[in-house]
Amino acid sequence: MRGFEGAIDADLHPMVPGLDALRPHLEPFWADSIDQRGLEGFESQSYPPHAPRTVRADWRPQDGFPGLAEMQAWLDQTGAAIGILNPIYGVQLIFNADMNRAFTQGLNNWVRAEWLERDARLRASIVLPNETEHAVAEIERLAPDRRFVQAMRLVMGELPHGRRTHWPVYAALEKHGLPLCLHAGSAYRHPVTSLGWVSWYMEDVAAQQQAFQSAVASLITEGVFVQFPGLRVVLAESGVSWLPAFLWRMSKGWKGVRFEIPWQAEPPAETVRRHIRLTAQPFDAPDEAAAQLLGHLGSQELLLWASDFPHWNYDGLPSLPPGVDREKFLRGNAAALYHRLERVPA
Amino acid sequence: MNMMLANAKPASATLGLCDVDIHPRAQSRHAFDPWLSAEMRHRMHSYGLRPRHGYVRGTPFPKSQPLASRRDAWTPQGGSPASDLAFFRAQHLDHYGVDVGLLNPLQPSGQGDTNDGFSAAMAHAVNEWQLTEWVVPEPRLRASIVVPYEDPEASAREIRKRAGDPRFSQVLLMSRTSMPLGNPRYWPIYEAAQEAGLPVGIHAFGYSGWAMTNGGWPSFYIEEVSEHATSCQSLLISMVVEGVFERFPRLKIVLIECGMAWLPSVAWRLDKIYPSLRCEVPHLKRKPSEYIRDHVWVSTQPIEEPERPEHLRDTMEWIGWDKILYASDYPHWDFDDPRLSIPNWLPAETRAAIYGGNARAVYGW
Amino acid sequence: MVKHVVAEVAAIPAGARHVTEAGGKRIVIYNLDGEFFALADRCPHQGASLSAGQIMGHVCSTAPGQYEYARRGEVVRCPWHAWEFDIRTGKSFFDPRRVKTRAYDAHVECGELLAAESFSVAVENSYVVVEV
Repeated sequence: MRGFEGAIDADLHPMVPGLDALRPHLEPFWADSIDQRGLEGFESQSYPPHAPRTVRADWRPQDGFPGLAEMQAWLDQTGAAIGILNPIYGVQLIFNADMNRAFTQGLNNWVRAEWLERDARLRASIVLPNETEHAVAEIERLAPDRRFVQAMRLVMGELPHGRRTHWPVYAALEKHGLPLCLHAGSAYRHPVTSLGWVSWYMEDVAAQQQAFQSAVASLITEGVFVQFPGLRVVLAESGVSWLPAFLWRMSKGWKGVRFEIPWQAEPPAETVRRHIRLTAQPFDAPDEAAAQLLGHLGSQELLLWASDFPHWNYDGLPSLPPGVDREKFLRGNAAALYHRLERVPA
Repeated sequence: MNMMLANAKPASATLGLCDVDIHPRAQSRHAFDPWLSAEMRHRMHSYGLRPRHGYVRGTPFPKSQPLASRRDAWTPQGGSPASDLAFFRAQHLDHYGVDVGLLNPLQPSGQGDTNDGFSAAMAHAVNEWQLTEWVVPEPRLRASIVVPYEDPEASAREIRKRAGDPRFSQVLLMSRTSMPLGNPRYWPIYEAAQEAGLPVGIHAFGYSGWAMTNGGWPSFYIEEVSEHATSCQSLLISMVVEGVFERFPRLKIVLIECGMAWLPSVAWRLDKIYPSLRCEVPHLKRKPSEYIRDHVWVSTQPIEEPERPEHLRDTMEWIGWDKILYASDYPHWDFDDPRLSIPNWLPAETRAAIYGGNARAVYGW
Repeated sequence: MVKHVVAEVAAIPAGARHVTEAGGKRIVIYNLDGEFFALADRCPHQGASLSAGQIMGHVCSTAPGQYEYARRGEVVRCPWHAWEFDIRTGKSFFDPRRVKTRAYDAHVECGELLAAESFSVAVENSYVVVEV
């Protein structure tokens, strides 16, 4: 009994073993720069390679990271029909915008060649370069390949996600029917708290929860969903339990300070329910509170199932939150969101 | 039904009405002169406060109302909100029947100033001012020990100077500090507070100098207000993960105006990630949520208003009925009326605890 | 409904507000360019006196970055949590169907007719009347 037959796994991580893996997928100038400049790799502090949390112990091969074979074994084990790849490799940290574009393209090429081409169950996010112009170009380059089902940014970037400088990216995503995935992680343009740098990696992991609140606040207040009514946003590895309290606070503020953002003509919670989905790994409420929390969310349509392979959130197979609508959670919500999955085998 | 509510405390405040968040305001910046040295008076009136933001006047995100205050809190003579004891007494203490009110002075208190020496001088002056202008003439009021928290050693000295004076009920910090509050650099403050037997009240506000979100500066006041919750979440995470509560087992933290409904979610999140990270933090001996449950209290205002009241009840239950303290935030615009903000569908004894019993327990009133 | 004479018309100039008690209720009367409107002087949220609130216009928007500011003087903002109400109807702007303060009929009547109904008024003046 695998338990997840036909499910859509909305967050899987193909691990870049190192810059050598990207080399064949880079433009020659940038490929050569690896040796010429002694580039050491873009692994991010968000996922220290050797931290137990980054790769669950039973998924970590003797040397290095799990590869395609390990991921295929995991898909076989869960029985998922589709898995969506979110490559986490700190290209977003690169300050040189051209270099950032080049290595991001290389990363996307690597995903396509080494993963999508090798297992028909796999789909992927287009990792977006930082500059608006480069991000739009990358969407245009890869959108024709329908195995790319969304575009991805890290939740902590340089400017809040609602800011108008990003809007051409959102226009391109809306045009192609691609959701924007904001994944846990930081480009480290700012400390991971609004109070400065933290001492412990555990604080960095915990800080993702604040980042997602700020990202949603920015998307709503700046009017992104008013301007781009077709845009959908997926929060990946965001946790879930923060959302109701955040929305209560924001909706209360909006009743009085609505005049500051007059384009927001409905309570923020309604906008969120229409436009935003969350991958439920980690589902960060204890079992005894799960059913109440789902009630606070006010919808069974917000959550997408994800295993978060190979990050270590749980042992064995993931468990379903008590009270969740199984069909919607495992498959229906993702199928409704990702139009490019329309021909998914059941 | 449009009868005016008569002057009266809430009927269920049978353990008294304690308001843990009142903001007295100086009538002018000269109000602190009697307790400042000539050098510091000169600094105050020539250079003024130098917080970790760029404006000389006002705030980086313009408020929704002048001075972020209730429009009806100006005195009939046009005096600024909560600057006149007689008017404040009539409009708030007498009107609602407040038995104990805790003062939390905000700017110009010098907290978070980029100049540590000035911040320390101002803390002393503001504390003396609270006694002379407020607590001595109005015995229902209690003062907070304002400390220059970016200079923790000077803060500890200010705390020890006031220790044992029953007119001071807590040590006051702002939430947006220049480093997360669990950082060991701030531990002298906790050491002195624990030694004095005083809770540390952390009020949402201040300027850390860092962007107000970990993904950059927001645009709107509505975001700034909302982001106070994320800043407070970060400081609490820092205190738990750094091991503050292992080191100071008798320390009590009161989160004031930080929002309360997020507290269970932060505790759950920490518990959820702890198993995969405990090898990094061997100084923690218990589940993160247990430290929060034992050491952290929250004030109600601005109380969350979910569409379905039972959602608030669930959340309060998760926080702990004994951990929730009524606060008005007088005279600010997001003030909570004690009679209407604390839901009347809560059992009477629960309301009594929130109105007064819990505050009496944590502050020893 | 009982008719209450609130004040002489001249006592509530355009743009002004006037607080009165009628039928045991506190009511605030607004003069919008010669038209009178009466609202319960109580915010439905936490009971603040709307009469202490600022009078302003209403801003709405068709797109982010667009501010359409209209109806100046016809909106009152609660002095506490800044909820906005339409002076003409008592309805809030954020949820006009469910969140509103009670509106009463207010209008002008001449003293002569009011005197005939045995109100003690000066027959040569006009009065603001509210029905509660």
